[in-house]
Amino acid sequence: MLIWIIFAAMTGAVVFALLWPLNRGPREAFADTADAASLYRAQLGEIDRDVARALIAPAEAEAAKAEAARRLLRAAGDEVGAAGETEASLRRRRASSALALSCVPLLALLVYGAFGSPNAPDLPLSARIEKEPSRQDFAMSLARIEAHLAANPADGRGWSVLAPVYLRQGRFEDAARAFASAIRHGQDGAEMFAGQGEAQILAAGGVVTAAARESLSEAVRRDPRNPRARFFLAIGQEQDGDLPGAAAALRALLQEAPPGAEWTETVRQRLQSLPGTGPGAPGDDPAEAIAKLPSGAQQEAIRGMVDGLAARLRDGGGSAAEWGRLIRSQLVLGDRDAAASSLRTARERLAQDAAALTQINALAAELGLKDATP
Amino acid sequence: MIVEIGHFALALALGVAVVQSVVPLWGVARQDRALAGVGQAAALASFLLVCLAFAALTLSYLRSDFSVENVVANSHSTQPLIYKITSVWGNHEGSMLLWVLILTLFGALVALSRRSLPERLRAGTLAAQGMVTVAFLAFTLLTSNPFRRMLPAPAEGQDLNPLLQDLGLAIHPPLLYVGYVGFSITYAFAVAALIDGRIDAVWARAVRPWTLLAWVFLTLGIAMGSYWAYYELGWGGWWFWDPVENASLMPWLAGTALIHSTVVMEKRDALKVWTILLAILTFSLSLLGTFIVRSGVLTSVHSFATDPARGLFILIILVVFVGGSLALFAWRAPLLRQGGIFAPVSREGALVVNNVFIATSCATVFIGTLYPLALEMITGDKISVGPPFFNATFIPLLVPLLLLLPIGQSLAWKRGDLLGAAQRTMLAFAIAIAVTVIVFAIRWGGPVLAPLGVGLGVFLIAGAAFDLGERIMARASGLPAIWARAVGLPRSAWGTALAHAGVGISVIGIAATAWSTEAIGVLRPGDSLTSGRYRVTLESVTPRTGPNFRAEVARFSLASGDRVLLPVEAAKRLYIARNMPTTEAGIRTDGLSQAYVSLGEPQGDGSIAVRLYDKPLVLLIWIGALVMAFGGGLSLTDRRFRLAAPRRRAAVVPQAAAQPAE
Repeated sequence: MLIWIIFAAMTGAVVFALLWPLNRGPREAFADTADAASLYRAQLGEIDRDVARALIAPAEAEAAKAEAARRLLRAAGDEVGAAGETEASLRRRRASSALALSCVPLLALLVYGAFGSPNAPDLPLSARIEKEPSRQDFAMSLARIEAHLAANPADGRGWSVLAPVYLRQGRFEDAARAFASAIRHGQDGAEMFAGQGEAQILAAGGVVTAAARESLSEAVRRDPRNPRARFFLAIGQEQDGDLPGAAAALRALLQEAPPGAEWTETVRQRLQSLPGTGPGAPGDDPAEAIAKLPSGAQQEAIRGMVDGLAARLRDGGGSAAEWGRLIRSQLVLGDRDAAASSLRTARERLAQDAAALTQINALAAELGLKDATP
Repeated sequence: MIVEIGHFALALALGVAVVQSVVPLWGVARQDRALAGVGQAAALASFLLVCLAFAALTLSYLRSDFSVENVVANSHSTQPLIYKITSVWGNHEGSMLLWVLILTLFGALVALSRRSLPERLRAGTLAAQGMVTVAFLAFTLLTSNPFRRMLPAPAEGQDLNPLLQDLGLAIHPPLLYVGYVGFSITYAFAVAALIDGRIDAVWARAVRPWTLLAWVFLTLGIAMGSYWAYYELGWGGWWFWDPVENASLMPWLAGTALIHSTVVMEKRDALKVWTILLAILTFSLSLLGTFIVRSGVLTSVHSFATDPARGLFILIILVVFVGGSLALFAWRAPLLRQGGIFAPVSREGALVVNNVFIATSCATVFIGTLYPLALEMITGDKISVGPPFFNATFIPLLVPLLLLLPIGQSLAWKRGDLLGAAQRTMLAFAIAIAVTVIVFAIRWGGPVLAPLGVGLGVFLIAGAAFDLGERIMARASGLPAIWARAVGLPRSAWGTALAHAGVGISVIGIAATAWSTEAIGVLRPGDSLTSGRYRVTLESVTPRTGPNFRAEVARFSLASGDRVLLPVEAAKRLYIARNMPTTEAGIRTDGLSQAYVSLGEPQGDGSIAVRLYDKPLVLLIWIGALVMAFGGGLSLTDRRFRLAAPRRRAAVVPQAAAQPAE
């Protein structure tokens, strides 16, 4: 609110400055003739001074004076009609005032309205650093961890914290490197190897490479029940063309899943998407399957899918398009709070990717979620 | 909040500029002084508003406020303070803001110069300046807004282009912009005169200081840019005939012609139409330079902007302002009252010759710069018009001009005496010949053109000195009288002589580049390399860490014959944030000459490629430019009124003494 008061004060001051000469300005006509005449008179004086200083010969001075006098006469002949306070001048002044009164605030509001962010506070770096760590924004905490690790590269725990963050932000190569550093410096649990495998796969555009398979196998060797490693190994099998093997692996994973595990929905979807291997589902295409359900169950199934997507995105990765789909779906389901929270998370995750961020912001504006601006 | 206040101030300035471009013009047309007064208020208000915007952006850079997109893209929290400030204009958006700031600064100065400007002219000028301001403010706000926010804010910026992280950036662009934008005022004066249909000596007198001011700054800006390229790019060259350099050279040439033609107009009330045209062309060439640099037509250090939308916008500005003013010129110029006619052999005749030569050389540069671009656009063929073209066209045009310069300078106004002028310059010419012969003898077997160039430079300096001497000595005898005349001589006379001598100094420096030598070698510590008079020995290669870069610094000891000079350091830097290497040349100044060491690639086996240049008298190039600019500045402080005094053939005074007062 304060900022709008300041803007209004600025606009008022500027308009006032423009109107001042219209009210207080001179009423007479221009004094061109006087200007020209004073110039030539000054020239005449200058010539006299030059003669006095012996810079110019008297004869030349005479000729120069004659020329200046000629020009003086000609300038006097250029006299233009004088104008006083008339009806016309009053009208002109009113029109000019109207122009200043309308054009200045209107243009400023139009342009500023299109490009300005009146609610965005200044964020000087020093103030952001001095904030207590718990209230620091995401980018600052990340930078803090990165700086710490640049100084202490042997801090395996630090790397193990940073690596999943990179993964969530979609910086897959950085994530793979961070996982590798964590493993090298003592954090060699199954989860780290599984994470490294996932990062390697995502960095390779979703292909389970030999290196990724090695990491995943290492994870399974340390913890045969590690769901993440097993899930991606199954995808590897699928990519190798071993569809029954992949389906069997995924089913086994589902069966062994502890109750309430968040990832089961992801696994189930993957299983359903495997051609001809759905667990007795009515069809391969989930949309088609849902369409065949009764309407109450339909709503339920859609909600299930959206929750699944939310869970998957919460776990990591996720492109701007996927986040967009989630936010849109949550709004359609009438869950405005969830949508706003997803928007916040999406902004945080995609903070490093300007293009994705603009996409998300555009979506937020479109859906009227602007009130959730951080 | 401060960022947003700056943004809003800039938006307000746009509205104010619209008022500034409409109301005063109406006042001029209707003889209404009250309306004309709005122009002054608007000019001052828009300057204050843009100041506020500029201060807000600068503060964001100083505080590393990474919620501003522009700061993120061009700054880094570890940058030294000075580069945090210079980063403000080290990028497209910020430099546009600087451009607009200077534009409004000139507007405000015109608004404040109450005494020296007729009111109608001032109102018209402010209106025209307002239109230029509207165009550039709209361009800045709509396509290159420096206040765009980025939320959530990243933790670190992407750093400024390392090539620009140099003190040169603090000096070169502001100087150059004051020059470029300063010519917008002469443009505005010309447009105002055309609209009003009045142009006379009063106009010329009003325009002269602004032209000189812009010219002085443009001269300094170009010289600074040239020296910066010389030491920063590591090639040892100081002028590359690069289109971006040409873009600044063209307005300079046109501005030089303009300075000379306004003198004729002021003194003789002649050359009016031509002067108006030159004023329009000079700023048009500035705009063209802006277009070339920022449209993405070229890629170079200068072309930060490669957004086609911006290119289109600038093209529209270019078409509207150049086309509009030329159309106005075609319509109104025939209505202007013609000035007096004059004899071909006279000071004004010589100045016309000067204008013809300079305008032609400017056209040459124009063709050499734009032809390749046009050809590429039409046929897709890439051709390179490099130094050979300009050496073959530009220099042959310049040499006769410089040869005629001292003669023209000693011609009298109205009715000159060619024979007398030739006689007066004879002594200077004799000295120049003698110097040429001596230099030729000393440097026997060297390049033939170099001694001739040095001779030409000496001719210019001696010509300027003798011209001054003659004015001081004439009609005066005894030291006190001479002293009195020297003091009494108008400062513009001193300025003219100095500026012309500066040209001579630069010419000597340029001619001496023919003697520069270059050697390349792969050195290990302890090895030496010799080029010309200098010998460097590699002492050590050590790593070093700067605030935002890492460097490999090579230390050399330097000797010239038996003389041991101070050691010199050259470095290769790697800027971490952008992962971009730069070369820092090692330069040791030895009198007016320089030894220039530049590092190549490390060879892996501990040795490093090194280039060593011996650059004799190279500093004279820039010293000459400084002297020129100083001469211009001196002339600027001369606020006297000028009027040509015709010479009487049968004058009682001695012939040689018949110099007019300037």
